[in-house]
Amino acid sequence: MTTTSEPPLQLTAGEQLVRPSTSLGVLSRPKGEVGWKSWLFTVDHKRIGIMYGAAALLFLVVGGIEALLIRLQLAVPGGNVLSEDAYNQVFTMHGVTMVFLVIMPMAAAFANYLLPLQIGARDVAFPRLNAFSLWAFLAGGIFLNTSWFLGGAPDGGWFGYAPNSGLVFSPSHGMDFYALGLQITGIASLVSAINLITTVLNMRAPGMTLFRMPVLTWMLLVVQFLLLFAIPVITVALFLLSFDRLFGANFFNVAAGADPLLWQHLFWIFGHPEVYILILPAFGIMSEVIPVFSRKPIFGYPFMVFSGIAIGFMGWGVWAHHMFTSGIGPVSVAVFSLSTMFIAVPTGVKILNWLATMWGGRLRFTTAMLYSVGAVAMFTIGGLSGVTHAISPADTQQTDTYYIVAHFHYVIFGGSLMGMLSGLYFWWPKAFGYKLNERLGKVGFWVLLVGFNLTFGPMHILGLQGMSRRIHSYAADSGFNLWNAVATAGSFVIAVGVLLFFWNIGLSRRRARGAPPLGPDPWDARALEWMTASPVPTHNFDREITVTRQDEFWHRKWGYDENGKVVRIAPTAEVAHDGSAKGVHLPSPSYWPVVVALGLPFVAYGLIYNLWITGVGALLILGGLYAWVFEPPDDPEDQAHDDHHESDPSGDTGNGADGGGSQDHNGGSADGDGARPLAAAGAPAGPAAESSGNQP
Amino acid sequence: MSDVASPETTVSAPAATGHTAAAHPPTTTGLTHNKLAMWLFLGSECLLFGALIATYMFAKSRLPAGELGPNDVFDIPFTSVSSFVLLMSSLTMVLALSALNRGEERNFRVWIVATALLGGTFIAGQVYEFTVFYNLGLGYTTNIFGSAFYTLTGFHGAHVTIGIVMLMSTLVSSVRGRLSPRNAETVELIGLYWHFVDIVWILIFTIIYLFPQ
Amino acid sequence: MTQTPSVPTEAAEDVQPADAETEDVAAEHDAEHEHPSDRQYVKVALILGALTALEVATYFESVHHLGDAALYALLVVLMVLKFIYVVAWFMHLKFDSVILRRIFVAGIVLALGVYLVMLTAFRIWGA
Repeated sequence: MTTTSEPPLQLTAGEQLVRPSTSLGVLSRPKGEVGWKSWLFTVDHKRIGIMYGAAALLFLVVGGIEALLIRLQLAVPGGNVLSEDAYNQVFTMHGVTMVFLVIMPMAAAFANYLLPLQIGARDVAFPRLNAFSLWAFLAGGIFLNTSWFLGGAPDGGWFGYAPNSGLVFSPSHGMDFYALGLQITGIASLVSAINLITTVLNMRAPGMTLFRMPVLTWMLLVVQFLLLFAIPVITVALFLLSFDRLFGANFFNVAAGADPLLWQHLFWIFGHPEVYILILPAFGIMSEVIPVFSRKPIFGYPFMVFSGIAIGFMGWGVWAHHMFTSGIGPVSVAVFSLSTMFIAVPTGVKILNWLATMWGGRLRFTTAMLYSVGAVAMFTIGGLSGVTHAISPADTQQTDTYYIVAHFHYVIFGGSLMGMLSGLYFWWPKAFGYKLNERLGKVGFWVLLVGFNLTFGPMHILGLQGMSRRIHSYAADSGFNLWNAVATAGSFVIAVGVLLFFWNIGLSRRRARGAPPLGPDPWDARALEWMTASPVPTHNFDREITVTRQDEFWHRKWGYDENGKVVRIAPTAEVAHDGSAKGVHLPSPSYWPVVVALGLPFVAYGLIYNLWITGVGALLILGGLYAWVFEPPDDPEDQAHDDHHESDPSGDTGNGADGGGSQDHNGGSADGDGARPLAAAGAPAGPAAESSGNQP
Repeated sequence: MSDVASPETTVSAPAATGHTAAAHPPTTTGLTHNKLAMWLFLGSECLLFGALIATYMFAKSRLPAGELGPNDVFDIPFTSVSSFVLLMSSLTMVLALSALNRGEERNFRVWIVATALLGGTFIAGQVYEFTVFYNLGLGYTTNIFGSAFYTLTGFHGAHVTIGIVMLMSTLVSSVRGRLSPRNAETVELIGLYWHFVDIVWILIFTIIYLFPQ
Repeated sequence: MTQTPSVPTEAAEDVQPADAETEDVAAEHDAEHEHPSDRQYVKVALILGALTALEVATYFESVHHLGDAALYALLVVLMVLKFIYVVAWFMHLKFDSVILRRIFVAGIVLALGVYLVMLTAFRIWGA
């Protein structure tokens, strides 16, 4: 339906008819669709999403190895696999890695890849900022991990309680790496949050009202708002810590009258929303997977959405339940105890709705479905043990024991990670054009599930027996021997499960060579991303999609006969796009996001070692931003739009100079993206909305 | 919209729908991406400065008796003047934008320069103030009040400085003829940032300086 | 380096074939969004100046017989008024989309909420 001169190529309404000046030719934009450069300089949300995912899996291996070291150390009483010092570093980095470098980027991977597709958009609102977020996250992650080779990793626990994290108790550079590294990943998250919120609010396809958006989109939107407001809080906390450590400030200096509880408050004001930042994406994924494999729409869609929003709101009012034993006083404890019990309600609503979605459905237990159901079950266990923490007298017993460790692994591993594995199996064909092997996937699921429960189930018992978390070793007569041995055995079963996943990728990839193409919709799914080819072509959709209801795609395939029975009304091939549109105007790749991101770790190293290095970093950032702002809006050689000069969005000549000034640590470059790339991305597909004949 | 066949129609149609549609591709909310993003960023900054102000208030309440405190260093008349200067820079900022909207390039430049100068005066005042405080014995590491005070006002000062850099960049664009009423939004966004920095100072001035110590 | 504008006005015409249209649009834009006039801006600035003067006046002894509580209340009211004036007029929020207002208010309310609770938990009031 599309040729190079037909409507899809035109941007909808309102472009400025200006061919931007190309006088700044020095800053030409990168070209090319293949090779490592095309990935390094890409601004395509799908490639960025894939790279987020790959990085998260890489860090999963790193964090997993750290976990195995912990379990080896604790396998038998009096273990001596690691020294006390090394043990502190390993458990700290295990936590930091899993939270900030595995779950969060994995959620970002799904958000980047799927958000624009689910709302029927061409790309995100600020494609270059999007690339910047990815590289800044990666820079932060690598920066953190280089601490292993530079005198020792952070050793103050993942929540870095002051004054334990101060110079007196943690004299190595480890905690500096922690504070600055998380600062960098924080910038990445904040920029990405601003970008994705703008995308969802501003770039929905015609008819895609907020309450027609898939639940995943909703949950990701809530998460981005949580990030938007939570990141600055930890930014401040980390600054205070850094200033204490680097410049001798007194924020946590008890001798000067300071109160280290300040850190705890600030950290958990961020930290509790962070918990929902970790889990809500998985909730969204489960809410996509379960309806598809139950062949029913999600039960109680509005309840799903509102409970997600409610969790997002209430998540701000429960932070002090992490501090029940810190002496915050009986009134505070009572208030936060109550609010914590309340937050279980919307979560319960979600669990009920997933079950009700499956109830009476035609269930297909694919690997993705297994992981989703597994995640619901495991999360429920973790949620229930969580409610026991809300009861402050009980919590006083449980605080800092293995019971807590068991609880948050059930929610974060059992809930978040399993949910995301479900998502990986589910959307893998969408991203790569082949399915992961189902047989191996199912075996992997069961291995993982058994290993998971073997590892973390016994920790409930250990905790109630009184085993402290973060303890380096225990005596043979403490009564901890059996369950620790079981947990260690279980952790290796988990490792096998994860390896099976990686093996599955390799195997499926090999088998997919030469196989017939998969088609757009291998699962008979419901949301818009399944309406275009797999793997998704660079331009996403061939035509603009006009949405008339929730689950638009599914309703175009299926209708009801006179008896109310569900019947096929159109073959998928007729409904879905084949990705053949040519010449769609897309944002050009750019060198500068990666350059600016590269500057960040230099600044951080410099703050630790030598301010000259900071200068180099600052120059990279400033130069990068300047070039970013002044790079030509388009690559004139790019044949994709060569014949559409007239319709190119203007490079908006003025915008250039300004955005660059906002090199604010806090992601101030939100306004630094030229109007050009977003204009290109912002114009969904063209004036030719789908002919209504396509709709049942 | 399937009747839109030629680029001509595509372009002329939206002109009737008002300025948002004319200057930018249509968006779901009718707001431009940049503007939405700027407000999101400012919403986020509320939490940042909130944390810094709260930290300051907490630190001040825990300052041991006998330590060098606010009463020993603050010079309210001086700070009042510099606060007033910053407040007035918000006026010149809106006047600059409104001049640009009317296409009065010359007036625009005058007001932008005025804004940047007022901002610069404020920063100069801050540097002077810091110097005086330091000479009175209040260093960054002296006590928790010193750490918290310099951190809070330093963060604010850094924001003002970034604002000045952005203002100067628009000035350069304008002089080079790269600015026109159709780019007014970029200036508007810088203005938003500038006013935000100003309201943060409104809070700081009252809470940190004027509250009875 | 083909189009480096030497004379600004010329260049503007050069690059913008749709200039005539732009002006229409700009005019419409003004009418549509009821931008406050410069006079109104100046008025707001005068109010802000007066409020600041009031605030500063509390620094001098004459007001101190009111007692600390009343002084705090007065200062907070004046501060909030100034805040609202700048946000509503200079930042244009009074005239702008409700979405933007909600985003900003969300930030402020959240910040107020969490930090006031935190400071209350520290029992700093009246300290």
